[in-house]
Amino acid sequence: MEIGAYSFGDSQLNADGSLRSTTEAIQNLFAAIKHADDVGLDYFGVGEHHTTTMPASSPGAMIAAAAAATTQIKLGSAASIIGTDDPVRIFQQFATADAISGGGRVEITAGRGSSVETFPLFGHSLEEYDDLYAQKLELLMTINDSETENVTWSGTVRPSLDDLAVVPRPASGKLPIWLATGGNASSSARAGQLGLPVSYGIIGGAPHRFAPLTELYRRSGAAAGHKPEALKVSVGALGFVAPTKAEALERFYPGWHNLNVEMGRLRGWPAPDKRAYLAQADAPGAYYVGSPDEVAERIAHLHGYLGHMRHFLQMDIGGIPQEQLLESITLLATEVKPRVERLLAQK
Amino acid sequence: MDIGAQEHVATRGTIGILGAGRVGTAIARLAIAAGYQVKIATSKPAADNALIIEIVTPGAEAVNAHEAAEADIVVVAVPLHKYKSVGAETLAGKTVIDAMNYWSVTDGDIADFEVDERTSSEVVAAHLAESKLVKSFNHIGYHEMEPDALPFSTADRRALAVAGDHQGAKDQVAAFIDALGFDVVDAGALAAGKNYEPGTDVFNGRFSAEELYAKLHGNLISA
Repeated sequence: MEIGAYSFGDSQLNADGSLRSTTEAIQNLFAAIKHADDVGLDYFGVGEHHTTTMPASSPGAMIAAAAAATTQIKLGSAASIIGTDDPVRIFQQFATADAISGGGRVEITAGRGSSVETFPLFGHSLEEYDDLYAQKLELLMTINDSETENVTWSGTVRPSLDDLAVVPRPASGKLPIWLATGGNASSSARAGQLGLPVSYGIIGGAPHRFAPLTELYRRSGAAAGHKPEALKVSVGALGFVAPTKAEALERFYPGWHNLNVEMGRLRGWPAPDKRAYLAQADAPGAYYVGSPDEVAERIAHLHGYLGHMRHFLQMDIGGIPQEQLLESITLLATEVKPRVERLLAQK
Repeated sequence: MDIGAQEHVATRGTIGILGAGRVGTAIARLAIAAGYQVKIATSKPAADNALIIEIVTPGAEAVNAHEAAEADIVVVAVPLHKYKSVGAETLAGKTVIDAMNYWSVTDGDIADFEVDERTSSEVVAAHLAESKLVKSFNHIGYHEMEPDALPFSTADRRALAVAGDHQGAKDQVAAFIDALGFDVVDAGALAAGKNYEPGTDVFNGRFSAEELYAKLHGNLISA
């Protein structure tokens, strides 16, 4: 089981609650990825968000920089919002980062995005939401699957490519392309049909309820003729690790609160309720908050339902202090990971 | 063949669900558990949905849209921007539940819903002009539906609101919601659905029938 982290960037807060710079947030994210590599974390996912509190808008640039500064960690987007971006550009950026990484450490995760902020930002119409996503995913896969540098593709949401070079090529010929989904059944079926690994973003409710979706994914993939080893599942969720559960709950809560205040302002939600937080942070809730023992047990438990090969946590939300994030990353790599491996070996 | 189950089906009736997203499939699982016969359709042909339905909503049947429209009650749970893809003619005369929301923060602006102050359900009702539309299920999260469903007369059972301009249709939907595991509070005419649209206390909270009645009643007086 691979253990990892993901981040949308997390702007720090001043003592009076005002927001510190987005520049600092990107520098912190870069430092966190380097740290994760040092302590032996398996995976780090970046972006894509476009807000002042979560400014990791450019996964390709971030990952290229991180690729040069790290030696073993896998790097991916979490996720690239492909409907409003150009798949040619995404592929080129990630293939470039792949070359910088020494080859084989860079992945793309393609997603729709959980909000629609990229539509006005990049001048796309929501009317075309489904069409943009479907066609651009197809183009991204066409480029990745191409035997040569030259690619031919035609569609309506973007100019066609007639035998044009898209370079560089990835070191091992192809990049892993994951499909991100929040749990819509048709997305799981689609990922299976396409033979793409699937990444579930689970941000509420009980994660083991995703079990039917992974079954749907695997059976859809098998029905389309894809080999079981191509049909991989990963899970991204909120979480935080500290020496004890009490400390983990205490450290993660202010950031959770701040994030929910912000979301509430945007979406008309009421003030965050600490009881809801505590409920989600206990099994079988969606948050993996606790000591290394507790988080490892919950990941291994979920594995019994989903059979996933990677579990990665978003730990930096709402201005969580950088040193606490770094400690959580350390514990994840050095304490949680070996425990998960031990628990899974016992099964 | 389980004869007992067949009798159960005969007493409960048939539910058609348009949309196999998270809301539609959660309602489908509750309806199956309650003994209804459930038929699910999307914009795709039935065969394309067969595996999804088999695994995600075991016991339901994947059908084409016109077949789902023949059910006793039809639930519309499609992405709101596709509401006009729901065939108004096939739903003429039907009791239809609108489980959708207009939530521009996450879904973006949709022109039809920005024209005036009408609720999203009134706009949908203008499209489904011959149907008896009831607004419900829109103020409970899809991931809360199954954990929160409880048997009749359980203490602190969660309540769902119904709003509509056809009393008979509201009564029919109320019986359906009760069978699924929730109390029901009549919010009034379809326009009163504004009291539990996104941004309201009711939309954001979880309430018993007594609390929900107080919320809706209070809101109606102050409106």
